[in-house]
Amino acid sequence: MSAVLDQHGHSHGHDDHHHGPPSGLMRWVMTTNHKDIGTLYLWFSFIMFLTGGVLALGIRMELFQPGLQYWNPEFFNQLTTMHGLIMVFGAIMPAFVGFANWLIPLQIGAPDMAFARMNNWSFWLLVPAAMLLVISFFVPGGATAAGWTLYAPLSTQMGLGMDLGIFAMHIMGASSIMGSINIVTTILNMRAPGMTLMKMPMFCWTWLITAYLLIAVMPVLAGAITMVLTDRHFGTSFFNAAGGGDPVMYQHIFWFFGHPEVYIMILPAFGIISHVVPAFARKQLFGYASMVYATSSIAILSFIVWAHHMFTTGMPASGQLFFMYATMLIAVPTGVKVFNWIATMWKGSMTFETPMLFAVGFIFVFTMGGFTGLICAVTPIDIQIQDTYYVVAHFHYVLVAGSLFALFSGTYYWIPKWTGHMYDEGLGKLHFWASIIFFNITFFPMHFLGLAGMPRRIPDYATQFADFNAIASVGAFGFGLSQLIFLVVVLKAIKGGAKVGDKPWEGAEGLEWTVPSPAPYHTFETAPQVK
Amino acid sequence: MGVAKWINKVAAAAVPALGAGAALAQAVVDMPGGPAVRQLNLPPPVTGIASQIYDLHFVMLGICAVIFVAVFGVMFYSVFAHRKSKGHKPADFHESTAVEIAWTVVPMIIVIVMAALATKTVLAMKDTSNADITIKATGYQWKWGYDYVKGEGEGISFFSSLSTPREQIEGKAPKGVNYMLEVDNEVVVPVGRKIRILTTAQDVIHAWMIPAFGVKQDAIPGFIRDTWFKAEKVGVYRGQCAELCGKEHGFMPIVVNVKTEADYTKWVEEQKKLMAAKMDDPNKQWTQAELIARGEKVYAATCVACHQASGKGTPPAFPPLDGAKVVQGPKDNPIAVLLNGRQGTAMASFKSLSDVELAAVLTYTRNSWGNKTGDAVMPADIKAAKAWDAAKLNQLSAKAQ
Ligand code: HEC
Ligand SMILES: [Cu+2]
Repeated sequence: MSAVLDQHGHSHGHDDHHHGPPSGLMRWVMTTNHKDIGTLYLWFSFIMFLTGGVLALGIRMELFQPGLQYWNPEFFNQLTTMHGLIMVFGAIMPAFVGFANWLIPLQIGAPDMAFARMNNWSFWLLVPAAMLLVISFFVPGGATAAGWTLYAPLSTQMGLGMDLGIFAMHIMGASSIMGSINIVTTILNMRAPGMTLMKMPMFCWTWLITAYLLIAVMPVLAGAITMVLTDRHFGTSFFNAAGGGDPVMYQHIFWFFGHPEVYIMILPAFGIISHVVPAFARKQLFGYASMVYATSSIAILSFIVWAHHMFTTGMPASGQLFFMYATMLIAVPTGVKVFNWIATMWKGSMTFETPMLFAVGFIFVFTMGGFTGLICAVTPIDIQIQDTYYVVAHFHYVLVAGSLFALFSGTYYWIPKWTGHMYDEGLGKLHFWASIIFFNITFFPMHFLGLAGMPRRIPDYATQFADFNAIASVGAFGFGLSQLIFLVVVLKAIKGGAKVGDKPWEGAEGLEWTVPSPAPYHTFETAPQVK
Repeated sequence: MGVAKWINKVAAAAVPALGAGAALAQAVVDMPGGPAVRQLNLPPPVTGIASQIYDLHFVMLGICAVIFVAVFGVMFYSVFAHRKSKGHKPADFHESTAVEIAWTVVPMIIVIVMAALATKTVLAMKDTSNADITIKATGYQWKWGYDYVKGEGEGISFFSSLSTPREQIEGKAPKGVNYMLEVDNEVVVPVGRKIRILTTAQDVIHAWMIPAFGVKQDAIPGFIRDTWFKAEKVGVYRGQCAELCGKEHGFMPIVVNVKTEADYTKWVEEQKKLMAAKMDDPNKQWTQAELIARGEKVYAATCVACHQASGKGTPPAFPPLDGAKVVQGPKDNPIAVLLNGRQGTAMASFKSLSDVELAAVLTYTRNSWGNKTGDAVMPADIKAAKAWDAAKLNQLSAKAQ
C-alpha cells in the first residue's frame, strides 16, 4: 500500500530528522514502522483469506451434488483441514494484528509500537509459515488431513504434510506471542499523558485482553502439537493408549487453547464494532465501563469452558454439567455487549455508510450465531448435533458474520485514514449486500442439514441432503466472488478517490482522527495531551 | 411435533422453487429411518432420550426466537426511526447502572432456567445401568465391528461395512434411497429393551451415532466408553461415523435394525447357526487354490481399504503389497506382521481372524498381482506362529531396512 508513502509529510510538523520511508522492496523487508507493518499484515491476511476461500470453494464444489465428483476423499479432507488452518491462523488472526499495528499507536497517541524491530520479525515469521502450509500440499501424501483440530491419533498417522503443518503452527504461534507482548507493552506503557486505562478506546481494551489470552494459550497449543510430533517420530506415546497415553488428553489440551482462541478471534471484532456504531449513531458508546467488564469476564470464562467441545468423548455427568453451566454463563456478558450497542444506536442520529452497514450486519448475524451457540451449550442437544453441519453453521455465523464482517467494517471505517482517500461508497454497499445475502444462503441451510444428522467433513452424503447442499454451494460461490468487490474497493481507494480531511466521519472520535489523512509516516512524536 | 410436521410441509413446498436442487432430477424420497428429503428439524425421536432432546431443542429455539424478536425489534425500530436523514438529533445519554443491571440479571435468569431444564436429561443419558443387552461397537478404519457381549445373543460378532455399490458413488449407476447409509450386516436389537453400547476403536477416534436415538458416543482407541438406548418402535434406523477418522470417514455408516422380541430371538438363532456353519472344519486339508480363493474374499473384506484391490496401496501412507519383499520372502515375516501389526502405524494386528483366514489371505497375497511364490501358507503354520513369544514376533514383524 503506497498510501502511507508520505509525499506531503515533509511540509508539516516535524522538521528534525529523516521521516519518510526508504523506497523499494527493502522498505517492506526492513521496516520497523507500525503503519508499514500493519499494512503488511493486512495484505498478508487478505491473500491468505483468498487462499482459504479457494479451498472452501473446492469443498463446496464437491458437495454441490451427492457422489464423488472432483476429489478423492483424502484430498477432500486436506481441503477442509487446510481451509480451517489457513482461515484461523493465516487470515483472521493476522488481520486483527494488522489492525492493532495500525491503530493502537494512533489511538493511544504513541509514536510506534514498543518493540519496533520485534514487530518486523513477528510479521516476517508468518511468511515462511504460510509457505510451509502451502508447500505441504505438494509433498508425498499431501497436506495434513486430520481436521484443523489435528486430533490425535489421526494426526500421528499423517505423512510429511502433518510435520510441515506443525512447524507452520509453531512459527505462527511464536509470531502471535511476540505480537501480543508488543501490544501489551505498548498499551500499558506508551499511552499519552492523561489517557488512563478507563479512558482508553475500546479497540485497545479488547486487544489488551486478547493479547493476554494469546500469551496464555499459544504455548499450550505449541505443547499439544509438539507432543504429536514426538509421538510421530520419537517413540513417545502421549496420545497412544498402547503406550500408556490417552487420545482424549490431546483434546483437553487442544481445546484449552482452542476455546480462548475463538474469543481471540472475536474480542477485537467487538472492539471495532464499539468504534463504528457510536461514530455513525453520532452518540457516545453506551456503557463503556460495562463493555470493559463484559470483555474481561468473557476472557476469564473462556478458560473454563473448553470441554464443551468434547461432550461426546464420554466424561462424567458432573463434568458435562459443569461445562454446560459455565458455557451458558458466557451468554450473559455477550448479551450485555449486544444490548450496549443497540442502546448506543437508540435515539442516535444514524447514517448507514458501509462501515455502519457491516456493523449492523455484524450485530444481527453474530447474534444468530450466539443463539445457536447457546443451543449447542445444552449438553443433550450438543450430543445430538456435535460434529454435524449444525456446528459448521454455528461457527461460521460467529466467525464469518462475526470476525470477518467486523474486519470489513473496520477496513471501510479506517481506510480513509490509511490511504487519505474515501473509498467508493456504491461498491462498498454492494459488497455489504452481496456478502450478507450470500452468507446466509450459504450457511443458513446448514442448520437444517445438521439437525437432520449430516456429519461435517464428509465428501459424500445421503441424497436426501442434496438440495440444501446445492443451495449452500451456490451461496458459497456468490460469497467468494463478492469478496473481489472488496479487493476492487481497496485498490481504488489506494490509487485515488476523493481526498479526505483529518476526520472524514462526522461522529468519529479518538486521537487517530486528529492526525492528517493519510496518517503521516511518523505520528505523535510528541505525545498529545488527553483531557 | 405437530408444528415440526407443518414446517416441514411448508418447506417441502417452498424449497424446490428456490433450489438449484441437483438431486431433484431423480425424485428423491425420504430414507426410512434416515434423513427425510429437505428435513428441517431433528429426526422424529424413537427413544425417550431423543424425545427429551427434541423437546429441549424446541423450547430453546422458542426462547431464542422470543429474545431475537424483542432485541431486533428494538434495533430495527431504531435503525428506521433514529436516522439523521429523518432529522433525528442524537440524544446524549451513555450510561445507566439500573439498565445495565437489568440486562445482566434477566439473561442470567433465562440461562439458569435453560440449564435447569437440561440437567435431568444429562443425568438420564449417563445412566447406563441395568441394560438388557450389551453390545460392543468397535470403530475400524473404515468399518464397524460388533460383539454382543452380554444378554440374549451373547457371542454374536460381525463386521459391518458400507454396502452402497461403488458405481453409485461414482455416478455410474442411479443412487438408491438408502445411498451412503446402508450396510452389509445391520446391528439387530429387540424393541423396548435397554441396550448398552460399549464403544472403542482399533486405530483412531470414531463416533457411533444414530440421530433418531439421540445417541452419539466417541469410540476411542484403547479405552471403552458407553452409552445406551431403548428403541420404542420397530424399524431400521440409520446414522454414520461422526468423528473424522481418515480418508473413508464419510463411508462408515451405522444401521440398527429394531425387531420385535420374537423376531430378535429368531435372528439370534439364525446367527448362531450361521456362525457354526462358518467355522472351518479343523480337519480339512486345504489346497493352494482353495486358500487363494478364500484369501481373495478375506482380502476384499479386510485389507483393500488400505492396500487397495490392485495391491499397490496408496504410498506413502499405505505401502504396496504387490512386489513387497516382506510379502514374498520367508513366510514367517508376513505371518508375524499380521499377528503383531506394526506398532505405531495403521497396520493393526489381525490375530482376531481365524487361522484359516490368515493362512488364506497370506497365500493370496503371495500369489497375486506380480507376486508368485507358488507356495501356500497353511493354517497349521499360523497355529504354530501363534505360540511365538513377543520378542520373536517383534523381531520378525519389524520393517525391512
Ligand atoms: C488400516 C489400514 C490397513 C489395513 C486394513 C491393512 N494394512 Fe497392512 N499395512 C498398513 C500400513 C500403514 C503398513 C505399513 C506399516 C509400516 O509403516 O511399517 C502395512 C504393512 C503391511 C505389510 C508389510 C509390508 C511391508 O512391505 O513392510 C503387510 C504384509 C501387510 N500390511 C498386510 C496386510 C494384510 C494381509 C491386510 C489384511 C488382512 C492388511 N495389511 C490390512 C495398513 C493397513
Ligand atoms: Cu470413523
